[in-house]
Amino acid sequence: MAEPTRSRTISVSVNGEQIEHDVPARRLLVHFLRDDLGLTGTHVGCDTGNCGACTVHLDGAPVKSCMLLAVQADGAELTTVEGLAQNGELTALQQAFHEHHALQCGYCTPGMLMSATALLERNPHPTEEDVRVAIQGNICRCTGYVNIVEAVVAAGKRGA
Amino acid sequence: MLLREVDYARPGTLEEAVSLLAAHDGARALAGGQTLVNVMKARAAAPDVLVDLADLEELRAIGFADGALEIGAMVTYTQLVASSEVEVARPILGEVAATIGDVQVRNRGTVGGNVCVADPTNHLPPLLVALGATFTIRGEGGERTVSADEFFVGVYMTAVGEGELLTKISVPPSSGAGDGFAGLTIGKHGTYIANAAATVTEDGAVRIALGCVDAVPVRATALEEKLAGGDLSEGAVRAAAEGLGATLDPPGDVHGSADFRRHLAEVSAVRAVLQAASRRKGA
Repeated sequence: MAEPTRSRTISVSVNGEQIEHDVPARRLLVHFLRDDLGLTGTHVGCDTGNCGACTVHLDGAPVKSCMLLAVQADGAELTTVEGLAQNGELTALQQAFHEHHALQCGYCTPGMLMSATALLERNPHPTEEDVRVAIQGNICRCTGYVNIVEAVVAAGKRGA
Repeated sequence: MLLREVDYARPGTLEEAVSLLAAHDGARALAGGQTLVNVMKARAAAPDVLVDLADLEELRAIGFADGALEIGAMVTYTQLVASSEVEVARPILGEVAATIGDVQVRNRGTVGGNVCVADPTNHLPPLLVALGATFTIRGEGGERTVSADEFFVGVYMTAVGEGELLTKISVPPSSGAGDGFAGLTIGKHGTYIANAAATVTEDGAVRIALGCVDAVPVRATALEEKLAGGDLSEGAVRAAAEGLGATLDPPGDVHGSADFRRHLAEVSAVRAVLQAASRRKGA
């Protein structure tokens, strides 16, 4: 029988790179990404599962990395905001955020990008309502969401 | 946030999971973690051992057995929303699941977690009571099934005992019945202040369960009897439900006084029954 242990060696793919790492069972995924791997693009916002700033993709689906233990991600494929742009070239969604001024302070932006990227993957041409439902779990205290929604819709129109 | 130290196991079989839960004092089953990880952060729960159910594929299945819809305890809300089996058998389950939390929470949160947490404001407990679901609980001594009316025992308490595990939920075939769900939330898809679920069979039998008004879902049996086989027009249902609120003893809090919850329970029950009645076969 698999006896309970206080730490575990996990094997995860992070932005396409296979990583093995020993983590304490109590470590949240967001801290593993930020503190162990140095991927500080994923932000800690509320730390209570409400704000969505820590959103990453786990096996392609957006999840809040502050509501997941790193050991729960063992065997999974993870994508963080650092994994979006390829060779320094922004994705169409990131470009649309830039053009539509879809951020002010930028704190929520990594989570917004991850939620919106997941939406565009399953629904390439979302309506405003689709976007609003998709980013419901992401809180922005600056913009009032208008420019964020516009940017995601525009990225869809562009065929992102 | 730094959690209290905890031991972690990821069993490969159901037998192993149940043995681990039975063998360790302070062991808790970890499903999607959308509640448990948060209450661990807040130190509101401090399990010594987490038994992660992630690898138990049999708990992730949705299927049919003897006509009943069987939903594994580890089925996520997202799975429920996308399931063609749910769509065919009891579409209300997918409709309600689509309004729980947000996209990220629905991707991780599970049906088993929702009912085993047994928070009085959770969506699925009143719905599963109205649908007459049965719950399969596995322990080292074997399996037992418990009806929805007996499953919810108190605030955060269910019939699942120490060393036991909820494995699946069976929902009877609709057989032409229509289902409804209504209530008032804090924000569009937020926590319920009060809600009600209802089922109306083809021959007019009615089941109604009220949420958020007591520790566990409350069956509105007197109203069920008044409506059974009778007129289910809006006027008739409204008239029959009058006074339902006065029979309840809900809590009051910052989101609504006890009196407001009594009012909401009555309104929600009417809306849920009307929706259910409009969806039954032949309506």
